[in-house]
Amino acid sequence: MSGPRRHRPLIGRLLLFTAGSFAFGFALVPLYSVLCKVWDTGNRWYGTQTAQAAVIERPDADRVVTIEFIASIPHAGDWEFAPHATSMQVHPGKLYEATFHARNLTAAAVVAQAVPSIAPSSVARYFKKTECFCFKPQNFTAGESREMPIRFIVDPALPPDVDRITLSYSFFDLPQSAAAGR
Amino acid sequence: MAHADTHDHHDHKPTGIGRWLFATNHKDIGTMYMVFALVMFFIGGAMALGIRAELFKPGMQFFDPGFYNSLVTSHALVMIFGAVMPAFVGLANWMIPLQIGAPDMALPRMNNYSFWILPFAFTLLLSSFFTAGGGPAGGWTLYPPLSLQAGDSFPLTIFAIHMMGASSIMGAINVIVTILNMRAPGMSLLKLPLFCWTWLITAYLLIAVMPVLAGAVTMLLTDHYFGTSFFNPAGGGDPVMFQHIFWFFGHPEVYILILPAFGIVSEIIPTFSRKPLFGYDAMVYATASIAFLSFIVWAHHMFTVGMPLSGQMFFMMSTMLIAVPTGVKVFNWTTTMWKGSLSFEPPMLFALAFLFLFTIGGFSGLMLAIAPADFQYQDTYFVVAHFHYVLVPGAVFAIMAGVYYWLPKWTGHMYSMSLAKWHFWVSTVSVNVLFFPQHFLGLAGMPRRIPDYSTQFTDWNMVSSVGGFVFGFSQLLFVAVIWQSARGGAKASDKVWEGTDPAGLEWTLPSPAPYHSFETAPEIH
Ligand code: HEM
Ligand SMILES: [Cu+2]
Repeated sequence: MSGPRRHRPLIGRLLLFTAGSFAFGFALVPLYSVLCKVWDTGNRWYGTQTAQAAVIERPDADRVVTIEFIASIPHAGDWEFAPHATSMQVHPGKLYEATFHARNLTAAAVVAQAVPSIAPSSVARYFKKTECFCFKPQNFTAGESREMPIRFIVDPALPPDVDRITLSYSFFDLPQSAAAGR
Repeated sequence: MAHADTHDHHDHKPTGIGRWLFATNHKDIGTMYMVFALVMFFIGGAMALGIRAELFKPGMQFFDPGFYNSLVTSHALVMIFGAVMPAFVGLANWMIPLQIGAPDMALPRMNNYSFWILPFAFTLLLSSFFTAGGGPAGGWTLYPPLSLQAGDSFPLTIFAIHMMGASSIMGAINVIVTILNMRAPGMSLLKLPLFCWTWLITAYLLIAVMPVLAGAVTMLLTDHYFGTSFFNPAGGGDPVMFQHIFWFFGHPEVYILILPAFGIVSEIIPTFSRKPLFGYDAMVYATASIAFLSFIVWAHHMFTVGMPLSGQMFFMMSTMLIAVPTGVKVFNWTTTMWKGSLSFEPPMLFALAFLFLFTIGGFSGLMLAIAPADFQYQDTYFVVAHFHYVLVPGAVFAIMAGVYYWLPKWTGHMYSMSLAKWHFWVSTVSVNVLFFPQHFLGLAGMPRRIPDYSTQFTDWNMVSSVGGFVFGFSQLLFVAVIWQSARGGAKASDKVWEGTDPAGLEWTLPSPAPYHSFETAPEIH
């Protein structure tokens, strides 16, 4: 008769559908990274966290671009973290160095990871770093303070309408597990 | 016509508290859902009045900012998951079996579980107000990292959301199985009443996106407690990804909140226009296309996160495309009334207010869909005005219209038409006084989710708060009408609405609908 038994096949399919939706939610995670790369959104995925291959210097003395530095500490961690100079004028095609200062204000050793971000994001690909403290986790002993360098070169192919690039670092207190996971 | 007669055995009800705790009768469960929704509507409403009291004038009056934020967050969660969704499920429980000529829902025991999960879920959510750090305060959208910085309310909120999700998924499966498997012989899908159609499509949306929300909040949970880095940049994650996953759920969710309302209005307007619905097939296809499109527009909530231009173009165009099937619906409702002989009973009044005021919300939605303009509107009161127009005089008015339409069928008693009309007029005037000025505030740049504001916004905020309090208290009239009708009153006929010819099998039953109805399936001609 109209017992629930005859509904079973349909219920089975609907439960499968539901499980599929749940799995799809997690599938969005790898999909997201892939799409960001494919669509070249120029954000952090675009080589901002790895060193660029050797660069040839071809300074363009006629052009001046302002590089601004921003430092932020997203979680209320016990850090001092700031750029030495908040901005500098550079010529595209020439290698420069800038330093950031960091100090561990806690009485314990900690590991930190700086995560860069470049604005406007569409020019991230023209901003090349040959060396950066953001490439790997930074170990600090209790109370240690340190000057941390980055070396960078702005690609002369930078679109002509861009005269200002902002480089921002967020300084994270790296959870143990996240450190192990990478 | 099949006329289910009232033999004695039709009305044997279980007695005492057990009738409700172990309820499997679709009418009892429907009633519990509706009562629960009404209670949550008042709890969420009290929070809203707290918000409006704080915003009556600039400066801090009553709450500290943290508590204010938790009021805003829980107001949204309570209204969406506690009031509007359960009210729709309650209406589905009551009406779907009656409209398709089935004796009950397909899965009565699961029906019981899916209801009884809800009180526990909301106890969990609301109890978080008494934990260290107060209630959830990061917004109903739960964006990390803010939502992760909550105190003990965080896990409670996540678990509550999991439970609400489980409840709505069970409810959705029940609706689909009931509609697909239990229609009376001869009722083909294209004879299905529109309320059933819109609910069928809503149920599919629910099982497609509620699990995605469950996934997203699970990721938040593991990020917080188990050191994963889905949304944590330090470990290679990205907080913006949360927004994509959330809105992949979130936009279809807003259609979950409106499609059943479309169904209700499509039942009421033909009855009181004394004409069949114009363009039934078009209504069904429009509903289906809205549901389909709702999956590809989500990023209109995040135009400002730094998407590539092509992405902004795509989401802008796809969002505007939704206005086409929505326009088809509005056109069909209007055309149904064209040259009809209209009468203005309370259900019709609410349906008409829905038609006008929901359309205003649709227009502000179109303005928000214009990506370059949205950069200005995002996170202002303009957005607040938009979604309150579609949700309050939209979804909530449609629910009230449905209640006023079917209430005599449930209780067997007519209610006081004049009291219901008072409820209508006070609500309709005050809801506009409440929300219309928020458009102006938003366009002038007042940000949303803040407890204080600069003085140039004072006047419209005062107007809005006055409207809010009038609207809030006028809902007591709604309770009074329901209470009266449940207690007694003039006996309602089978058709209830004299002088009309309402479509649908529910009107072939006596009023009140007997406890057990359609035990033998009716004949469909
Ligand atoms: C023509 C139809 C619609 C269009 C074009 C539309 C468009 C939009 C857009 C572009 C936004 C994002 C605004 C921003 O954050 O800057 C938005 C927000 C919103 N819409 Fe709509 N919308 C429509 C209908 C609806 C309906 C029917 C509902 C619900 C019943 C709804 C509920 C919401 C909600 C709740 C938000 C705000 C979410 C939040 O940020 O908290 N919308 N809408
Ligand atoms: Cu949306």
